[in-house]
Amino acid sequence: MSILNGKKVVIIGDRDGVPGPAIEECVKTAGAEVVFSSTECFV
Amino acid sequence: MKAVIKGAGYSLVHTPDMVIHNGTTQTTERIVNPESEYLKELPKHIRTFEQAVAYYPNQAYIGNISPDELAAIPMPWNEQECPLTNRYGKFGQIMPQEEFLLLMQACDVFDLVELDAEFVAAHKDALAANEIIDESIMARVKDGVPADKVKELVENEHAEGLYHNGKLVGAVKRAHDIDTNLSAHVMHENIVSKASNVVGILGAIKNAGIAKEDVEYVIDCSEEACGDMNQRGGGNFAKSVAEIAGLVNASGADIRGFCAAPAHTMIEAASLVAAGAYKTVVVTAGGCTAKLGMNGKDHVKKDLPILEDMLGAFAVVLSEDDGVNPYVNLDILGRHTVGTSSGPQDVTTALVFKPLEKNGMKVTDIDKYAGELHNSDILKPAGGGDPALQFFKVVAATAVKRGELEKADIATFPAKYGMVGWAPTQGHIPSGVPCIGFAREDILAGKIKNTMVIGKGSLFLGRMTNLFDGVSFVIQANDGQGDNKGVSEEEVKGLIAKALKEFAAGLLAE
Repeated sequence: MSILNGKKVVIIGDRDGVPGPAIEECVKTAGAEVVFSSTECFV
Repeated sequence: MKAVIKGAGYSLVHTPDMVIHNGTTQTTERIVNPESEYLKELPKHIRTFEQAVAYYPNQAYIGNISPDELAAIPMPWNEQECPLTNRYGKFGQIMPQEEFLLLMQACDVFDLVELDAEFVAAHKDALAANEIIDESIMARVKDGVPADKVKELVENEHAEGLYHNGKLVGAVKRAHDIDTNLSAHVMHENIVSKASNVVGILGAIKNAGIAKEDVEYVIDCSEEACGDMNQRGGGNFAKSVAEIAGLVNASGADIRGFCAAPAHTMIEAASLVAAGAYKTVVVTAGGCTAKLGMNGKDHVKKDLPILEDMLGAFAVVLSEDDGVNPYVNLDILGRHTVGTSSGPQDVTTALVFKPLEKNGMKVTDIDKYAGELHNSDILKPAGGGDPALQFFKVVAATAVKRGELEKADIATFPAKYGMVGWAPTQGHIPSGVPCIGFAREDILAGKIKNTMVIGKGSLFLGRMTNLFDGVSFVIQANDGQGDNKGVSEEEVKGLIAKALKEFAAGLLAE
């Protein structure tokens, strides 16, 4: 079973790495609930 | 009609006092934690003009060192002693703060910028000696006001202070009593963008060897917005810059798209020229005060100089086909669509691989890729890594998945097909376009045949959409054949075969 299954997840993505929406899609397929997701830009 | 790259200009402005007074990292800290250690330490980490000039990435920006030469310099670059100390380069210049403050006043046509008369007197000759400044701009420089008047404006009239070496030397007044869109803060930000844009555009016109009168249209692609409470962001920076630069035959407009805006704008400009709408179009952008010292806390924490003390500016001149200069191939355009995800692989496929595939090309058919050209010397100490390297690795990995590259080539792909980043972290400035000056030269010299320029933007910052964004285009060698693509032998054979088949079919039917 996925370690994220049934867990609540807070996502902070990086514009130059992996952005929030992309991480959201991944963790949802692992059964997690996204309670917060954002993407930050440092450039 | 082909739209050729006639020339490009890249300039920087050293604004150390604006780091302290106008960068949002600092202004935010002053609000939430006014007694912080960071604010106390910050002034000790400010670079002198000479230090900012003798810095390899800045020398690369103005064209005194190539990206390949920069890549050979060991990092961190801020620890290297740089023997290059010329403030002028083949692409532009590094303007010192004192000249820039006078230029800001010259660019202000609403009497909002007031400078201390002594400051003006001390530095007017320096601005006049600047190689891109002519009499028309010097005629706009006013004599200034008494120091008391400047102090009064800042202390009692909500004006934004202008500082040099820590001393108050001027002020930008608010342009309206209650409209926040015309506040002193916004007017300061916009006049800085406009003035730095003038530095970039004048350099580009000089480099392209054209007359100012030849420019028919200017498109600004910076990140600021000018307008009042009834039309925030109404514009038009482009025309205001063209006015100061003396481009009397030009009109213009602004295009916005965060960091992707310059790449979007290059495509629109090339399309305008290719369509015959305008003969010469200039794509141009000024710098951004808000981003000054953006990663400053990490730089101070690590006892480094504040490396984000430069405003960036660039301009590219596009003209109708001259049969010589490289052109923007409008058949090879990449775009991140609404239906594309924000995952790095999907973004890269949309921007790099789809346009190549459509044109029967593979990743190795492009000699150089340029995207995310942020100076990683600024970002690495702040944990931001190397966006250019990361991007080229994703391109390589995607190429391997598509069977266009061997897995063993991933490690060498960034150096062979990509480039190190050297542009200041001014948002739109590093987004692919800094390569155009070098790419034009290398294509003309026959060193490379083409370059793909990729611009990516973070639309989520505007809180209107969470979609990612980006576009790409290819600059390639001009074969001098104009639009006459000719007909190949294969095509002639195909046409004859088709005609014979139709003739035979006609005979059989009878």
